Amino acid sequence: MSDSQAVVPTAAHEDIHRPALLHHFATEEQQRDASNLGMWIFLATEVMFFGGLFCAYLIYRHWYFGDFGAASKSINALLGGVNTAVLICSSLTVVLAIWAAQTARRGMMLAMLALTMLFGLVFLGIKGVEYRDKFDENHVPGASFSFEKVPIPSHPDQYANPQHAQIFFALYFIMTGLHALHMVVGLGIFTWLFWMAWKGRFTPEYYTPLEIGGLYWHFVDIVWIYLFPLLYLIDRHP
Amino acid sequence: MHDHAKSSPLKTYFTVWGALLVGTYLTYKAALIDLGPFNPVVALGIATTKALLVALFFMHLKNASERLLKLVVASTIFFLMILLFLTLTDYMSRPWTITS
Amino acid sequence: MATATVPAVEREDYLNKEYGIASWLLTTDHKRIALLYLISITFFFFIGGFFALLIRLELLTPAGDLVQADTYNKLFTQHGQVMVFFFLIPSIPAVLGNFLIPLMVGAKDLAFPRINLLSWYLYIIAGMMMVHCMLTGGVDTGWTFYTPFSTAFSNTKVIEAGLAIFVAGFSSILTGLNFVVTIHRMRAPGLTWSRLPLFVWAHYATSIIQILGTPVIAITLVLVVAERALHLGIFDPKLGGDPLLFQHLFWFYSHPAVYIMILPSMGVVTEIIPCFSRKRVFGYIFVALSSIAIAVFGFLVWAHHMFVAGISVYAALVFSILSYAVAVPSAVKVFNWTATLYKGSIHYSAPMLYAFGFVGLFTIGGLTGLFLSALGVDMHVHDTYFVIAHFHYIMVGGALMGYLGGMHFWWPKISGRLYPEAWARLAALIVFIGFNLTFFPQFILGYVGMPRRYYQYPPEYQVLNVLSTAGATVLAVGYLLPMIYFLWSMRYGKPAPDNPWRAAGLEWMVQSPPTTFNFAEQPVVTWEAYNYDEIDKGYKEEPQLVG
Repeated sequence: MSDSQAVVPTAAHEDIHRPALLHHFATEEQQRDASNLGMWIFLATEVMFFGGLFCAYLIYRHWYFGDFGAASKSINALLGGVNTAVLICSSLTVVLAIWAAQTARRGMMLAMLALTMLFGLVFLGIKGVEYRDKFDENHVPGASFSFEKVPIPSHPDQYANPQHAQIFFALYFIMTGLHALHMVVGLGIFTWLFWMAWKGRFTPEYYTPLEIGGLYWHFVDIVWIYLFPLLYLIDRHP
Repeated sequence: MHDHAKSSPLKTYFTVWGALLVGTYLTYKAALIDLGPFNPVVALGIATTKALLVALFFMHLKNASERLLKLVVASTIFFLMILLFLTLTDYMSRPWTITS
Repeated sequence: MATATVPAVEREDYLNKEYGIASWLLTTDHKRIALLYLISITFFFFIGGFFALLIRLELLTPAGDLVQADTYNKLFTQHGQVMVFFFLIPSIPAVLGNFLIPLMVGAKDLAFPRINLLSWYLYIIAGMMMVHCMLTGGVDTGWTFYTPFSTAFSNTKVIEAGLAIFVAGFSSILTGLNFVVTIHRMRAPGLTWSRLPLFVWAHYATSIIQILGTPVIAITLVLVVAERALHLGIFDPKLGGDPLLFQHLFWFYSHPAVYIMILPSMGVVTEIIPCFSRKRVFGYIFVALSSIAIAVFGFLVWAHHMFVAGISVYAALVFSILSYAVAVPSAVKVFNWTATLYKGSIHYSAPMLYAFGFVGLFTIGGLTGLFLSALGVDMHVHDTYFVIAHFHYIMVGGALMGYLGGMHFWWPKISGRLYPEAWARLAALIVFIGFNLTFFPQFILGYVGMPRRYYQYPPEYQVLNVLSTAGATVLAVGYLLPMIYFLWSMRYGKPAPDNPWRAAGLEWMVQSPPTTFNFAEQPVVTWEAYNYDEIDKGYKEEPQLVG
């Protein structure tokens, strides 16, 4: 592991472009590296947070493959696929926003940030449509849940067990719901980043909040990259 | 001038973006073909490739100046695998299931 | 004698820099936040201890005659939850770690001071939720929340308790995150990893566990709450769920959690022993790496809590072998402490007495853990008082003694006052005697078959239970004494010199108590850790430690 660099405390910089150097850091580089490491570690906690749900999913998919296949077939894979593409595009606009900050392109930076948020809203809108469909079909777990006489994809002569299907839908709503909650938080973060960018806080020397917010957004994208095949494409072949 | 997380040029970003979209399309199409036990393998394989692309290029992990960040990512994945696989050792070696 | 004189004019330090409640509740100074934690965890220690006293009172007689069975269930549940989540897990990291780590690495504060304050507020919110839960009905599932009882059958406030612990978990995660970034990014020039105090290494390992393990129990509690509210079937066999899945997810965190509770204490002991032996730590690199090894291996063993729960016997065999492996790095530490003491110049100060107590009691606790890791033995003693004795030897005989030792060792630095040494040694002795009297009989009780979590027992177990309760009373006295004399010392104690113990470490090179920003200039480290031979060469006479 690396040693801390030999740091020579410098005199206070009066350059107005310098961001606020918090008092407990010796240099901006140290501050930036600390923020970066902090966000990566936070993402590690998020991986383990979702990981518990993936563990539960794995076990029940192993036990109830047929029932899960039937339940999975009833959610809209096309919408899921479109949402995946939407998030991928939003990750692109995030890195483009950072590139724009690095190259002092204020207009492009603002446009990319706005596009990112737009993609996020589209994602949530499509999710809303999916959830409404599930509500209409009584696939929301709880008192009104019903999953009668739905054939198992690989054994069409058998019907799926409704209780096992309810477990699928419970995991579906919890996993995508938790993901959507993270998206909402992400939108909040990017609103704040947009405001900071608008105020001219970001320069080629300082755009750390963009980098860190971007890391968070990419993580949310990666979670969806796994959720899509695992939830929507369990047993889709004829 | 600092050189942390030097941004890759635009070409790389757009190439990765394209690859991610192609991967999504392939995931969808592969799910419609009967590959037997390899359906989940292909799906997860493509998903992992996409995740790696996002992490390495969009999250700038590839050109991180120290190995520390890669160590953080690797250890996290390691412990996630421990959670999944050690739990599975129980479920895969049980000669019974819950009947309901 | 330590020679620093205290000037007539009061020096500015972090305690007198600002007055007023706002300067405390809105502080970002890691030292003040450490004191906020100190007050809070002491409060919860009293609550947890109160439940313990009621449990021991009930168990004075074989009949269930003090409380009803349902109430007893709430007593042991809440004793466990409060002690684990609101006392032990925060204790050393949030108090001593927060206070000392920036000082030990030569920094002005932790990497993220505002997140540090946030973590305390999360802890307080969680604590208030827990207190509210206990006052409005409590929870009776055992601190382990096993399903389907907790999700489908219990009539108590499971959801509220679960959510309280969920919030407390985030407090723990943020502390760990702060420590890792601080240790990586804010070490002073020259302070290489191999010169770091082993207290810092121990907290680094602890933080890894907090970061990677706590989120799993967080999501598990979310699932329990969802299951209880909506009857989803995830953990309910009647609906196709598996109760063992809950246990896997729960223990994946809760086993590493016990290492969160013991590793910092080991770090404290590793600071105390060299100081009061006037010797370098034997095998520094082994002690450092064994902390990391404990953190890593600790994640591989969780299903040893589930040997009789219904997991497959093949999985049980795997987890049993892994549980033997995890004992090795702990044993490495015990050997290193012992070797450090060998041919050292031993001083029997109060911190050292606690450190000795730790080494002995932790060894017993750890060895009995090996008993439990053996499948055959566990079949016999699982869910008996043997298990209770095992983990109390480690948690109370180990972690809590380490915490008390650390509080005494660093008290002069934290408060600027000396505690009364004679009273402190007496208290340490009382704690040691009281502890063994309380918990050793429980090994025997468990072995002869007394189950845990029962409020009544066959009459032949009464003698041992009475001994245990008597011990608990003595133990309580032992704990009250430091609370009294620490408070007393803040007003009447002798002002402390900067380095009363003539100890190694950057924290001893600043004034007692430190200023708000710790160091006037950033220190540059050119010496190895625990350089007691060099320190003592600077003095003509044998160091006479205070008291």
